[in-house]
Amino acid sequence: MLIGTAKHSYRADEALLTTSPQRLWMAILLIALALAPLALDNYWLYLACLVSINVASATGLNILTGFTGLVSIGQAAFMAVGAYTVAVLEARTGLPFLVNLVVGGAVAACVGLVVGLPSLRVKGLYLAIATIAASFILHFVFVNWQSVTNGNSGINVTPASLFGVELTDYVHLYYVFVPITALMVLGAANLFRTRIGRAFIAIRDRDISAEVLGISLLRYKLLSFAVSSFYAGVAGGMWAYFFRVVTPESFPFIYSIFFLAAIIVGGMGTILGGVVGAVFMTLVPELLRFAVEWLTTIFPNAVTALSPIRTIVFGALIIGFLIAEPKGLAEIIQRIRRFFHLWPFRK
Amino acid sequence: MSDLLFFTEVTLAGLGAGALLSLTALAFVLIYKATRVINLAVGEIVMLGAYLFFAFAAGLGLPAWVAIVLSIAGGGLVGAILERGLIRPMLGENPISVFMVTIGIGSVVVGLVELLWGTEPRALPAFLGNQPIFLGEAYVSRKIAIAFLVSAVVIAGFVLLFRFWRGGVALRATASDQAAAYSCGINVPGVFSVAWIIGCATAAGAGILLGSIGGISPAMGVFGLSALVVVIVGGLDSIAGALIGGLLIGVFEAWAGTYLGGEYKIVTTFGILIAMLMIRPYGLFGTTEIERL
Repeated sequence: MLIGTAKHSYRADEALLTTSPQRLWMAILLIALALAPLALDNYWLYLACLVSINVASATGLNILTGFTGLVSIGQAAFMAVGAYTVAVLEARTGLPFLVNLVVGGAVAACVGLVVGLPSLRVKGLYLAIATIAASFILHFVFVNWQSVTNGNSGINVTPASLFGVELTDYVHLYYVFVPITALMVLGAANLFRTRIGRAFIAIRDRDISAEVLGISLLRYKLLSFAVSSFYAGVAGGMWAYFFRVVTPESFPFIYSIFFLAAIIVGGMGTILGGVVGAVFMTLVPELLRFAVEWLTTIFPNAVTALSPIRTIVFGALIIGFLIAEPKGLAEIIQRIRRFFHLWPFRK
Repeated sequence: MSDLLFFTEVTLAGLGAGALLSLTALAFVLIYKATRVINLAVGEIVMLGAYLFFAFAAGLGLPAWVAIVLSIAGGGLVGAILERGLIRPMLGENPISVFMVTIGIGSVVVGLVELLWGTEPRALPAFLGNQPIFLGEAYVSRKIAIAFLVSAVVIAGFVLLFRFWRGGVALRATASDQAAAYSCGINVPGVFSVAWIIGCATAAGAGILLGSIGGISPAMGVFGLSALVVVIVGGLDSIAGALIGGLLIGVFEAWAGTYLGGEYKIVTTFGILIAMLMIRPYGLFGTTEIERL
């Protein structure tokens, strides 16, 4: 809670950005995002696109797990549904690219509704396990529904095109993906200023109390699943256009855990947390790669250790954050913000 | 060969695999019962047990029985370290957070095993023999039969321990009411440690058996997911549930794998899981949790 920010209207109190430093930083961030491709080389642009896909999906999971309190370990499976939908539509109908993304999100949302059904009966760990089951069953469908998914060999996706330009360069993809993701994050932030979002938070805090207060658990739990899966589906669609091939192995079970780890590390239940966590967790493996490459100057065969080291660091980050900083990176950012809020007039 | 005989053989093989599932599920239930922690790293402890045995038996060339004792003790030691170092600080936290910590532990263990022993699958040194066993006319693989017997003995031992051993009674008391157990003078933190030590030692033992049947690889931990299904079907806090659930899942997996094809195995398992969650969320023998405002 910040002090010294008196507000004179409800409008000001409900605003997404409440202080002028926040507005300034947001403006700087937006300008930096818009100008970034001028400074980044192809490799970093590739990473930027990947980060933006992961941010979209992690924000979706944050709505479900961080804000509604329903733990899901199936986010990657919903992404796969979106990716397959987009791949099939692209190959068979030739609809415009943005329509495909929205349809991919919608199909994923429908699947999410079905997977969410057990959430009415069970919650907590049981629900987490039900989503594990659902993701393995979906994987089975992708492998065996030959006529649609083409089995293990997967589907190749032709490049997306927007206004007659084929999106094959990372620069083009960057300028399409980052605005879509920004829009989705903005949507999520706004969701929690409405009745629906408030209902989600009430369900997270105590679902029985929420029901007593007149919130239909059936409707809002399923809605939360649908919204979260929609985000995953759109992210999966972008993934399909990014890597241009979708196979059952594209979205392994560990990828679902990755998203859960991202929102834990970033901070559950804050929009900022989902974004920061996804950025951080996507970039850490790359930073490790640089570290290991540097190590090869001392140990020539350090490269073979890269994959195990990534696995260890991944696990250690989850454990470390849960034990030492359960509210995640977002809390660290808030602490810094509080420190500078009255700086330098405070000891 | 008659169909009935074939069916019997498949079922027997399923029972053997199911006994291993029961043993792993037992490790799960033990820890859950005492500490209310869902230990998703149990599959990785199973794998670690198998690799420890590999290191002692093949790496150091120790006789099989020494290696077995050492790797079970090693599993127990790992359990003790995990409990004191990582799970104890999470005491009283949201169960989901603790559950995520165990996922993190699983990931770290997989990474360490890959770092030390590489990713390629290996075979454990043979110590169970290969001669097939015949029950009547039905053929049973010797390893699976031994796995079944060992699991049965261990589970029977656990049931007796819980009934008559002081520590077992303390564990049951802690499971039914922590605060009451504490005020009766039971060392509840001690019970937590013991549950983790015994649970992880059991898992390591299951790993040796599993590895001697199917070979070892860092991806072995997936077995833990099947064990997870077993405990949900049987009931998270029920030893009888782990036993019966394990045999049921083992048999169903064997039937599905033989009559429908190998890829149907995991779908059958998870299909049973979802059906179970819809019909009886707390499992066959689990305690129904009642929530009040």
